[in-house]
Amino acid sequence: MASLDRVKVLVLGDSGVGKSSLVHLLCQNQVLGNPSWTVGCSVDVRVHDYKEGTPVEKTYYIELWDVGGSVGSASSVKSTRAVFYNSINGIILVHDLTNKKSSQNLYRWSSEALNKDLVPTGVLVTNGEYDQEQFAENQIPLLVIGTKLDQIHETKRHEVLTRTAFLAEDFNAEEINLVIEKRYSLRDSNQIPGFPDRKRFWGGTLKGLHYD
Amino acid sequence: MSFLIDSSIMITSQILFFGFGWLFFMRQLFKDYEVRQYVVQVIFSVTFAFSCTMFELIIFEILGVLNSSSRYFHWKLNLCVILLILVFLVPFYIGYFIVSNIRLLHKQRLLFSCLLWLTFMYFFWKLGDPFPILSPKHGILSIEQLISRVGVIGVTLMALLSGFGAVNCPYTYMSYFLRNVTDVDILALERRLLQTMDMIISKKKRMAMTRRTMFQKGEVHNKPSGFWGMIKSITTSAPGSENLNLIQQEVDALEELSRQLFLETADLHATKATINIVFDRVGKTDPVTRGIEITVNYLGIQFDVKFWSQHISFILVGIIIVTSIRGLLITLTKFFYAISSSKSSNVIVLLLAQIMGMYFVSSVLLIRMSMPLEYRTIITEVLGELQFNFYHRWFDVIFLVSALSSILFLYLAHKQAPEKHMTP
Repeated sequence: MASLDRVKVLVLGDSGVGKSSLVHLLCQNQVLGNPSWTVGCSVDVRVHDYKEGTPVEKTYYIELWDVGGSVGSASSVKSTRAVFYNSINGIILVHDLTNKKSSQNLYRWSSEALNKDLVPTGVLVTNGEYDQEQFAENQIPLLVIGTKLDQIHETKRHEVLTRTAFLAEDFNAEEINLVIEKRYSLRDSNQIPGFPDRKRFWGGTLKGLHYD
Repeated sequence: MSFLIDSSIMITSQILFFGFGWLFFMRQLFKDYEVRQYVVQVIFSVTFAFSCTMFELIIFEILGVLNSSSRYFHWKLNLCVILLILVFLVPFYIGYFIVSNIRLLHKQRLLFSCLLWLTFMYFFWKLGDPFPILSPKHGILSIEQLISRVGVIGVTLMALLSGFGAVNCPYTYMSYFLRNVTDVDILALERRLLQTMDMIISKKKRMAMTRRTMFQKGEVHNKPSGFWGMIKSITTSAPGSENLNLIQQEVDALEELSRQLFLETADLHATKATINIVFDRVGKTDPVTRGIEITVNYLGIQFDVKFWSQHISFILVGIIIVTSIRGLLITLTKFFYAISSSKSSNVIVLLLAQIMGMYFVSSVLLIRMSMPLEYRTIITEVLGELQFNFYHRWFDVIFLVSALSSILFLYLAHKQAPEKHMTP
């Protein structure tokens, strides 16, 4: 059973944006009833059929590492978190559509994960400013997910969605906007909009792995 | 005419303090959150501004700046405003934000927050009864009544914090030095953490695979429904789901272990960082001691007592004020980071504003003791006939109680985790 190949994907984002709910939804096909704070790191596993239905079909384990905490943590916590950033195959960046700061913090989160060698000093060299070159030479696929779409009033949705589209472009990443509600608990995961996109993402990640 | 000048000086300084509080709120406290309700920021800055103005008035008293009648007027005004804020405004908004967080009561927010505020007022009033704070001459809704109660709460708070701090500080420094953390320890602990994560992952893989094969074979893992369902599940249960439950329990235990290990690793990193900071500080004395050393050695002991008493009391009071404000702000910030989340941040900031206001009011009461006699008169005049000695004795009692219980608490916590302090 452990002989299947594994793919390690990090799930990063600010406190309270919905990472644990997202991971639970992906792996258990159920909505998380009582989300509580993640201390340290919580892992969950999903069995995925890459290129399902084709002769090249292969089954993979996808490990979703949900790292808790905030970008403004003390350097001791950051150094401890750096332990989880080894040999990652993909990163999912989660932000809250109702909270602008969480979208801005995504730059710092991705810098922290991609520049893990610089972390022990506790000082980010770029000082939170965005540097496009960093992401240009980045081989690790990124996916940006926005949560709590239902909590935004209808009239404001357009401007929020355009803002997040720019964000995804900056990262050179694909983007999905989500609603995580109790209604989905009864549906099959394939029907949730965005799930087919997710399968494409896994396809992309696994393709990258294949060519290495 | 001079009254107008004095008032304009006071107002300018208040606006400055307000701006400082606003900046502190934005840059430090709320730098990771989005400010959606500006009311909270305004209330926090206003509380901060009026608290600082009180200290400013004490300093003006000592220095003799401004007209004495205008000082008296501003004292009274300041006290009234701050009492209004602490007793009426902040508790009402705390209730309002707590109620807004609860979905059920969303419709009748105002009503419920008024109810909460009335409950608070009731307990606040009852608080004053058992204490011998006042002489019975004064009426019900006078300044003295309100300030006496606020003073009791604030003094208790200060004593509790001081007692805990007095015990905790040397304990943590001692434990940091005794532990002597090396890089090897940290690496070993990190390796253990990763191993635990790997074990969790392999168990979860088994669970996921088992669920997949169950699903493919058509065994659906139903929750037992109804009476017969329950009886059936006790007697016959599919081997697959039994396995799953067992593994799930193991996984839960391992996850708990991984959390503990993560916290220990973070702790070790923090210890290592602190040792560096502390060692850098050794050898520097604070400026006051050095200043006194210089004056005693070089100027001889020919002090003109009257001349110096004013300046020394000013410096002393100033230092007490500045260090207590700075210490309070730092502690509040740490506390806020530790316990807030995006939902409760508003409530917590308001609670902090309330604590800060009460802390400052009671500091004024207690500071009276450090001032020479001639400067105490203004405080006595403004605050009326409060029994100040009661407050000092109350502070000492609570300080002692708090220090003793912190010692007990730390001793118990130390006993619970003896293996942490054994170096391999």
